[in-house]
Parts: sequence; C-alpha cells; structure tokens
Amino acid sequence: MQLDFSAIWGHFPYLLGGAWISLQVAFLAFAGGMLLGLIFASLQAFGNRVARRCVNGYIGFFMNTPQLVQIYFIFFALPEIGVLMTPYEAVLLGMTLNAGAYLAEIQRAGFESVQVTEMEAAETMGFSRIQSIRYVIVPHIIKVLFPPLSNQYIIMTLGTSMAAIFGLEELTGRAFNINSETFRSVEIFTVTAGVYIAITFLATLSLALIGRYGFRAKMRLF
Amino acid sequence: MLETLLNEIPRFFTYYNIVFLLKALFATFLLSALGCIIGSVLGFLIAVGRNTTSRILMPLRAALIIYTEMFRRIPFLVTLMLAFFVFQALNWDLPMFSVALVTVCVIGTAFIAEIVRSGFESVHDNQWDAAYAMNFSYLQTLRYVVVPQAWKVILPPVFSFFILFIKDTALASQIGVLELTYAGKVMNNKGFSATLVFGTILVLYFSLSYPLAKFGQRLEKKLAPARNR
Amino acid sequence: MPQLEIVNLKASYGGQTVLEDINMAVEKGETISLIGPSGSGKSTLLRVLTGLLPPISGHIVLDGKKIDYNNKAQVQELRRHMAIVFQQYNLFQNMSVMKNVTIAPIKIRGRPKKEVMEYATQLLERVGLADKHDAYPDELSGGQKQRVAIARALALRPDIILLDEVTAALDPELVNEVLDVVRLMASQGMTMFIVSHEMAFVREVSAKVVFMAGGHVVEVGTPEQIFDRPTQQRTKDFVGKILRH
Repeated sequence: MQLDFSAIWGHFPYLLGGAWISLQVAFLAFAGGMLLGLIFASLQAFGNRVARRCVNGYIGFFMNTPQLVQIYFIFFALPEIGVLMTPYEAVLLGMTLNAGAYLAEIQRAGFESVQVTEMEAAETMGFSRIQSIRYVIVPHIIKVLFPPLSNQYIIMTLGTSMAAIFGLEELTGRAFNINSETFRSVEIFTVTAGVYIAITFLATLSLALIGRYGFRAKMRLF
Repeated sequence: MLETLLNEIPRFFTYYNIVFLLKALFATFLLSALGCIIGSVLGFLIAVGRNTTSRILMPLRAALIIYTEMFRRIPFLVTLMLAFFVFQALNWDLPMFSVALVTVCVIGTAFIAEIVRSGFESVHDNQWDAAYAMNFSYLQTLRYVVVPQAWKVILPPVFSFFILFIKDTALASQIGVLELTYAGKVMNNKGFSATLVFGTILVLYFSLSYPLAKFGQRLEKKLAPARNR
Repeated sequence: MPQLEIVNLKASYGGQTVLEDINMAVEKGETISLIGPSGSGKSTLLRVLTGLLPPISGHIVLDGKKIDYNNKAQVQELRRHMAIVFQQYNLFQNMSVMKNVTIAPIKIRGRPKKEVMEYATQLLERVGLADKHDAYPDELSGGQKQRVAIARALALRPDIILLDEVTAALDPELVNEVLDVVRLMASQGMTMFIVSHEMAFVREVSAKVVFMAGGHVVEVGTPEQIFDRPTQQRTKDFVGKILRH
C-alpha cells in the first residue's frame, strides 16, 4: 500500500471549509432541537395525559430509529404527499426532529432536578414567583444542563457526517468529492478523520471552558 | 395517495419480501451484537492495560489512550470508509459484511473500553490498597476484588451502547451490506412507495430497539440498588 | 537483635517530603505507638512500611534481612511477615466476612482451604464475630467491620501487625470493642505498630511511644517519659494540649 498525501494537501482548505459547514448544520439542528425539546419537556411537565402520551410517543420513536432512515423517509417519502425538499432541507429537518427528542429528554431531567427546597428558600426570602424563576431556578438549570447539552452537541456534530450521503458538502461530503477527484481514498479519509478528531477536541475544550468558568458547571476539560 | 398505498400493501408484504426484510433485520442485529460482544472483550483488555501503573508499560498505555480517544471522535461513516478503502488498498477481497464488522468492532471496542475504565474507577482506592497490602498482584486484584464489584456499573451503559449501536449500523448500507436500511433502499428501487418502504423499515428498527431499551431499563434498576448497598 | 529496624527512611508524596530521616528499632513482642498531630506522617509511615508508598531513600531490616522497597520480590517477602489494618477497614465489598478473611491465605499464599477456614473460624470467634461468617461488609457496623479487618490481618499469621488509626472512624460506643481486641493481641505477644489518638489506650498498652511531627521523629520514650516527662518542647506542647481534656 503506497500512501501519497501530497496529492491532497492542495485540497485541504476546501476540506476544512466543510468542517465549518458541519458545525453550522449541527448548530442549526441543535437550536431547532432545543426549541422542540423545550416545548416537549414543558408538555411533559405541565400537559395533560394525552399530551404526555403524544410527546413520549414522539420521543420513543425518534430515539429508537436511526437518523439516517428518518432522513430517508423525509427525503423520499414526503414527496409522495407533495412535500418536496432539497437535500439540505431534508437533512436539517431530520436532524432537528431527531435532536428534539434527545434534547427533550435532557431538558426534562433538568426540570426534574429543580429542588422544591430552592423554591421555598427563595419564597421565604421574599422573591416573587417570577423572580424565583429568574434568579434561582434558571441559573441552576443552566448549570445542570450545560454538560449533557454540550455532549449532545458534539455527538450531533459527528452525526452531520451522514449528510454526505445526500450530497451535502459538509466535511464528509467534501471528502467524498476529493476522493472522486484524486482517488487517494485512504489518505483522504485518514485526514478527514483527523479533522473530525481536531474539531471535536476543540469543541469539547471550548465548551468545557465556557461551562467551567462561565457557568460553574462540572465539566471535564478532557 | 392513501389508495395507492393500500393497494401496494399486499404486493409489498409477500412471503418473499417479509423473509428478505427479516433477514436484513437479523443482519442489523448481528452486526451490532457481534460488535458489542467483541468490543466488550477487547474493550475490557484495553481498560485492564490502561489501568496499569508501571513505567515500562507507558508506551502501551499511551497507545491505548490514543486508540480509545480517536475512535470515539470519528463518525461511523468515516471509519467505515477508512476500513473499506484500507482493505481495498491491501487487496484483501473481503465481503462487505466483514468490512462493516471490523468497523463496528473497532468503534465498539473504543467506546466500551471507556465504559469499563469508568467502571474500574468506581471501585474505591481502598479496595486496591487492601489487596496490594496482602500481596495480591494487579491481575489478582482485578479478578477477585475489582471486577466483581465493577461489572454492575459497567453492564447497563454497555447495554445502552448496544442499543445505540443498532442505529449506527444503518450506515453500513453505504457499502452495500444487506442490513435493514439497505434492504429498504432495495425495495424502494424496486418501485414500492417510499412511504411504505421506509415506514416499514422505521417500524422494524423500532420493534428491535424499543423492547431492548425497556429490558435495559429493568436491568439498570435491578443492578442499581445493588450499587447503593 | 531487634525484630525490625527502620533505617533513614525518607518519603515524599505529591512533590512534598512527608517523611524525613525516620530511624527506629522494634523488639519482638513490643507494642510501639506513634502519636502526633495530623499530617505528621504517622499513617504515611505505616503505608511506606507495608509497601504502598515507595520511599525515596532508606530501607528496613526485618529479622536481620535487608528489605529494599524498590525490589518487588523483597517487598512481597516482607508482606508475608507484616500485615496492616486500615482506618477505613478496607474490607472487600463483594465478599462475605469469611471470604474476606480467607481469600488471601488461600488464593495468594496457597494454603490448604480446610486449614485456613478452621483458623479463620477461630479468629472470628476471638474477635467476637462468630455468628457473622456469611454477612457482607455493608451489613455490619463500623466496629464489626474493623474487627473483621483485624481478623483478616491475623489470618495471614504475621510477625508484625500495623494498626492505622483503627478507631478513628468509629462511633464512640464502638471504640472499646475494637480496643479490647487490640489489648488481647498485645497481651499475646504480637509485635505491633499502632497509630492512634486514643491516648489513654496508648499509654496502657505501649512499651514505647514515638512522637512525630512534620515528618520527623521528635521524641521516643516509654509512655511515662513521653506523657509525664517530655523533654522536647514540641512534645510538651502536644502532650499538654491533648491531656488537658
């Protein structure tokens, strides 16, 4: 096996651009998912039995089926009822709906971690309901949620790699493109793997620093 | 639309197709299960190696750490492509299932090694102290003291990982492994409605994953009170 | 010839020197107590002696044989003659009381199972736990756990036994049951190293008391000498403080 990395160094900036796209797609899906998750977690906490059943059904479905097949369904099945989407839209929708389920679970755990004792203490100190929520509950929840949410974001960033299957030019997609041009497959995917490792390291480190020093959350730096 | 769907159903759910899909489902399960079983054995060995303290073994520990950290940070698809092209470059004519199997084993090992390592760390240092003071060797301590205590902390996350892994195997469809997702693509290409096909595939994945997830929850509950003994 | 000689032992932990120039001699059957303020290195000394913390320099001489802590085989040999009981009992959580006491002699020493179990039964009777053979550590009280730990150490038939603050983690009402066992061991001629805060007990059982502070041996003497007529200022300060209550 002869390895020749020189052929691909010229394409490296292009490849790296894909990393940025991956991070963006993950971020958008994460943002959408957080919104969905918030709605779902609220429904689980405050909704009636029917609402809870529906939400649990949604979460159960999306957590027990592969994201790839979910996107396949959106991309190939929805057109059959007239809903056409570009690959990008389908991937984004699929990732968002999928993320919504996982982030709902994480946020639910956050809601449940709120201690009644904290509310009582705030009340006896003269906080109004709204003030209690703003100054006591929300900071606590952010602190508790930051680590699992960071972790989920990293997982989602790795998850964007399947977008390549739909032709998106994120990191893996660009790797496929470069591969079809240069045919230096082993070299390309080794470098791509390296880039994923690098961006996850950087992302983990940045989030850990933000978490530790911004929110006093318990974050492992490594 | 619904009419065409209903008309297709009898054509879709023929004996042949059902057997085809079930075989693909089994392939999915097998890929994930083998990956986790082999991953557990190798992951355990890696954790044992990583936990050593002698200076001579430092290069080994470094290599093991690099391995585990690497393969937990590369997407499944990329690792799969790497395996595919490496075998191609070596001129090894392996069946695609084997390539996918190698991939799941490599990734499973990395993740499970980390789970086992956490499990070992959950055992208090004083257990090691007492053992060493009585001349237990490193391996004897693992065998008689640490592993009997750690396995309860290790098993639930490994099982969770197994369930998660089932979903990752869907990507093996990209190199033509006849697992469930690939079967879906085949059926779709044959002309069946995508809604029917992928809907069925989703239901099949769900019917595999959900019961296992429920079992995993019961397993965790059974082992957790023991943890707080 | 002393049974155990400690020669110029020096140890560090986390970049700091925690033991400096420790020299001691112990005769067979003697009970030596180490006292001193927290952080003085008493427990560290026991850990070094049992080989859990390798010293930077120095060695010990056991029954005339030199033990170099960097030599694995010698440390293993040492542990066949020296057993330790920890402050936190350190019982094996996954094993019953009987298993805890018998596992090392059977699996590590390779002694015949029957012999070990008979002796273990005797020991458990001696420490007052005859009926707890099949209990697990988390079903026992602190005092009971500590007595199992002592039985476990005795099952190894050591020549020297180290007791590291064995009553410090116990509720007051459980302290005496453990001290009774230690008294019994002392009266039967076991060579013992005791680290303790129980000054009345130390005074009662010790042949020699060693006062340590800041990683050094400050003063050595009989209990009367150390408690009633200390010569070093540091010793005077310490003894004065602890005896005031």
